[in-house]
Amino acid sequence: MSDRPSPDDGISAAELAAKYGLSVSGARPGLAEYVRQMWGRRHFILAFSQAKLTAQYSQAKLGQLWQVATPLLNALVYFLIFGLILDADKGMPREVYIPFLVTGVFVFTFTQSSVMAGVRAISGNLGLVRALHFPRASLPISFALQQLQQLLFSMIVLFVVAVAFGSYPSLSWLLILPVLALQFCFNTGLALVFARMGAKTPDLAQLMPFVMRTWMYASGVMFSIPVMLADHPKWIADVLQWNPAAIYMDLMRFALIDGYGSENLPPHVWAVAGGWAALVALGGFVYFWKAEERYGRG
Amino acid sequence: MAETRIPTVIADELHIVYRVNGAKTGKGSATAALSRILKRGSDDAARGVRKVHAVKGVSFIAYRGEAIGLIGSNGSGKSTLLRAIAGLLPAEKGKVYTDGQPSLLGVNAALMNDLTGERNVILGGLAMGMSREQIKERYQDIVDFSGINEKGDFITLPMRTYSSGMAARLRFSIAAAKDHDVLMIDEALATGDRKFQKRSEARIRELRKEAGTVFLVSHNNKSIRDTCDRVLWLERGELRMDGPTEEVLKEYETFTGK
Repeated sequence: MSDRPSPDDGISAAELAAKYGLSVSGARPGLAEYVRQMWGRRHFILAFSQAKLTAQYSQAKLGQLWQVATPLLNALVYFLIFGLILDADKGMPREVYIPFLVTGVFVFTFTQSSVMAGVRAISGNLGLVRALHFPRASLPISFALQQLQQLLFSMIVLFVVAVAFGSYPSLSWLLILPVLALQFCFNTGLALVFARMGAKTPDLAQLMPFVMRTWMYASGVMFSIPVMLADHPKWIADVLQWNPAAIYMDLMRFALIDGYGSENLPPHVWAVAGGWAALVALGGFVYFWKAEERYGRG
Repeated sequence: MAETRIPTVIADELHIVYRVNGAKTGKGSATAALSRILKRGSDDAARGVRKVHAVKGVSFIAYRGEAIGLIGSNGSGKSTLLRAIAGLLPAEKGKVYTDGQPSLLGVNAALMNDLTGERNVILGGLAMGMSREQIKERYQDIVDFSGINEKGDFITLPMRTYSSGMAARLRFSIAAAKDHDVLMIDEALATGDRKFQKRSEARIRELRKEAGTVFLVSHNNKSIRDTCDRVLWLERGELRMDGPTEEVLKEYETFTGK
């Protein structure tokens, strides 16, 4: 076989590859080509996220009921601690504070779980990465999508809570859709960034819960930032209010709760919400793509 | 004859290195981890990151229509080499050039034990890059081939309820449902009972006809003799021999003392 003379004898491997149109295996495709490949895998991304979601509760006796029961119990716990015991409402009427709190918890959990899923997207699925070919960004995006579907179940609970405390469906509820879309873009970008960092440093999975908890307390999940920081310099409250988690929470509360008017929103809030989403989504995608050929190494 | 040989895979001085965190002392203790962080910046060995040099400078050229067997003792780098050819493991040094996209016959990692066999067929197909229409078209063939439903309606049960043999059969059936340009098979022939083994060998011959080049890793010299016309012998990550099946196998059998 290999000792048979050939017209290709004596030329280098690279020249031989070029002569027959072979390409380097596992090389990173260009950005446009990468996006095209992702589009080709859209069915896989969706199916994978749904499969993960279903697999989560498949051993439980109540099965998929837990998709709704888990956020409901979560809301109950926060209501018990912050609503009844700690009185963290700071002068907010009860029928505003309870939906305010539950919205905050659910919206922040959406970002938090997307980040946590992102950290493990590559490092926790090395088997998959080493066995099959697909654009690796499919994984973090798929996990972010799973969290979005999880949030949609939580929204059912949220609607019930809102109505129970006197905020009835109105036109402003339609604003929920753009808010969710923007937050999803933001979360996906964040998941992509942390997927690349988590692939290099798996220790992030241990560290991130603390970072996320700090972020949660700084974003006003269970209190109103301007009210809480009234006796501090104004710029602290401004900075906290402009952070993306607070922005998306406030917009969602504004859309959903009757007694939470636009006076609670920082100026240019929609532009900031859109800016964060575009910046993080695009930046995260490019950042993740830059290391595409390196995912899967030991 | 020589003029018509078209290369499909070229490996050029290929090196693959795995890095394992915290394996220096084998204890993985907290102090070891701490010193690893403090010594960041210094070289890998000092930080307790162990390197495993799995493939060391392997070069070969595979041509269209060849079926190539990969042999060697356990841990000699056969599976690693296949993954590198498929572009799934980044090379430390050297390059692999391929014609189109080589695929590894392996879909296990995409499947989820908590889902029904039915959903796993769809998920596995999508993970391999098939379209929804292609999967729908082949769904019945996949289920029939696996023989999962021969003993009742098992395909609608979660995969964790399957026996290990049944699960292996379903996995192979899903993996073998797609057509490939350059196909790599990693000891897939060993799954299932005798009847299923026969069926899967026939399927592999079929796949070979459709694929340009086939790589087969196996410890079964008989199945290598049956399917391959060229053999690469790897030992400790180095290419020890490359030639016609009989020649290499004879040397290999002397080496292993068979």
